[in-house]
Amino acid sequence: MELLVSSAIGILTAVGIYLMLRGRSFPIILGITFLSYAVNLFLFSMGRLTIDAPPIYQPGGTTYADPVPQALVLTAIVISFGMSALIVVMALRGYLETGSDHTRLSAMEDETGQSTSQADTPAAPRNGDRA
Amino acid sequence: MNNLVIAPILLPALTAAFIILALRGSLRTQRTVSIVATVLLLLIDIGLLALVATEGPQVYQLGDWPMPFGIVLVLDQLSATMLVLAGVLGLAVVIYASAGSDRKGRLFHPLFQFQLLGINGSFLTGDIFNLFVFFEVMLIASYGLMVHGGGAGRLKAGFHYVAINLVASTLFLIAVGLIYGSTGTLNMADLAVRVPQIGINDPGFLKAGALLLFVVFATKAALVPLHWWLPATYASTSAPAAAIFMMLTKVGAYAILRVYGMIFGAEAGALALVAAPYVLPAAVITLIFGTIGVIGSRTLKSVAAFAVVASMGTLLMALGLFDTVGVAAALYYLVHSTLAGAALFLIAGMVVEGRPHTLDRLEPDMAMRAERLVAGLFFIAALGMVGLPPLSGFLGKVMILDATRTVPSWAILWGVILVTSLVLTYGLTRAGTTLFWSSAPPPDKWPEPKPKLVQPVLSISFLLAVLVAWTIGAGPATTWLERTAQQTLDRATYVEVVLGQNPAPPAKQD
Repeated sequence: MELLVSSAIGILTAVGIYLMLRGRSFPIILGITFLSYAVNLFLFSMGRLTIDAPPIYQPGGTTYADPVPQALVLTAIVISFGMSALIVVMALRGYLETGSDHTRLSAMEDETGQSTSQADTPAAPRNGDRA
Repeated sequence: MNNLVIAPILLPALTAAFIILALRGSLRTQRTVSIVATVLLLLIDIGLLALVATEGPQVYQLGDWPMPFGIVLVLDQLSATMLVLAGVLGLAVVIYASAGSDRKGRLFHPLFQFQLLGINGSFLTGDIFNLFVFFEVMLIASYGLMVHGGGAGRLKAGFHYVAINLVASTLFLIAVGLIYGSTGTLNMADLAVRVPQIGINDPGFLKAGALLLFVVFATKAALVPLHWWLPATYASTSAPAAAIFMMLTKVGAYAILRVYGMIFGAEAGALALVAAPYVLPAAVITLIFGTIGVIGSRTLKSVAAFAVVASMGTLLMALGLFDTVGVAAALYYLVHSTLAGAALFLIAGMVVEGRPHTLDRLEPDMAMRAERLVAGLFFIAALGMVGLPPLSGFLGKVMILDATRTVPSWAILWGVILVTSLVLTYGLTRAGTTLFWSSAPPPDKWPEPKPKLVQPVLSISFLLAVLVAWTIGAGPATTWLERTAQQTLDRATYVEVVLGQNPAPPAKQD
């Protein structure tokens, strides 16, 4: 079980980091999601791996699963869920306003961001862009 | 237990919820409620400061759960000082925003109140995981404020900001997991007890957690090489948002001080001062990078943003000494640089409003309305930011120079601080002369709508007045901050205050 859990965490992290280093918003979001899965598993295993143990200490019981990491994971899931929804919306808005999902900051000079779309991005999304 | 301790968290939370639920229609009422709540918050913060000064550190057990099992809020001198600073900054920003920048998007005031909630919570909490939660509250509000007003450039920069912070949050969770996995606790006082014991046997696991956590805080504090998000974010967001974001970097510095000055501080056994070797060199490079950025900037906001990076470098140089003199100097400079940086961002906002064609780009344009007044405010704020006499930036830098005398490589630190100050002076002078001294004569008739002057000038003058007060009151302030530094670095007192009066009861036997 240790091998399974640890390699799952490792693979999820590797996939997450690889996707996160891409230059477009969608792979980055996927990468962050993979990373948050990896972290959830990791936090969970920080309470040590146990099977068939109650998540509460009972007098006389020999083993019990540590409930604290489970509470932490729950909190982390809620937060990362909210954050993922938010970043998806922001990426969509950015894509719709600039016509490109490149993460390059092309028009940083335009402070208010009112007139940046004509700076150097095409007006309409190009289909070939997303391959 | 004094119930006032939780007020800085409850008040913004309730205000934000109240505005969203009851006042969505009327911006004017929203402004009034938001300003009144922020004034009230500042008064509460000052009350808490007085409480700490007279009665010592306060502990508040949430839900009355016994320590170290429940989450606890700890109010000591450091937290109280930071709370007051956040309150002052918040008041200035909310007044500035009421001039009309809160009209450019929806729900500015609730987001702003949630921002204050997250900041206050981060300063008050005595639990590492709760710190994570308050970081997230703070960040989620800052995401909203960051893209407030919209626009493509801002959204793109906002995406970067969110993505970087999500990665940092992920690292935070991994670090929390590692620390919990090796110590079995997340309460800061309990950690302070256990870290020295565990460090001797198996420091590797815990050290990895500690250093990962440092990476997270360094990202928040914009320490090189993790500072790249800051200039883009601060330069592309609106002026009031950038001004309140000044507090976010300070939360990073606060967390570094709390965790690496106390929990992994000088008496942490095998892990004593685990982050100290990295803070000082990184801070030096941060200062140099920030300064180069200032002279390379093409907009006033970008100048201000890089000046903030530079000031974080200066601050962490002193903080990284982790001794009483260094931390006191760092805290004095922290308060100063927060006020001066925020004033600079708000002035940049006035420049943007006043010059509809060139905005805050460093190019000559027609004179803006009340240009001399804005130029005068800029002059004072720039003096403060650079650290020239007579303002507190100068005193802060002298204290930092004095504190670094004990370091073997003091000559390098002195050289870097002094040379960068000179270059910063050049950078801000260049910005000021281009913006205010090269203007064409003003038009006969101002274009409509005229930008409002009263609230921005009021808010910036308030910040600068506090800055002047901080300079005049430097004597009492440093005495207070020295005691604060002593208390912050003192592991035994912290543990006694938090755990001492309330030892963990044995597990109940049913």
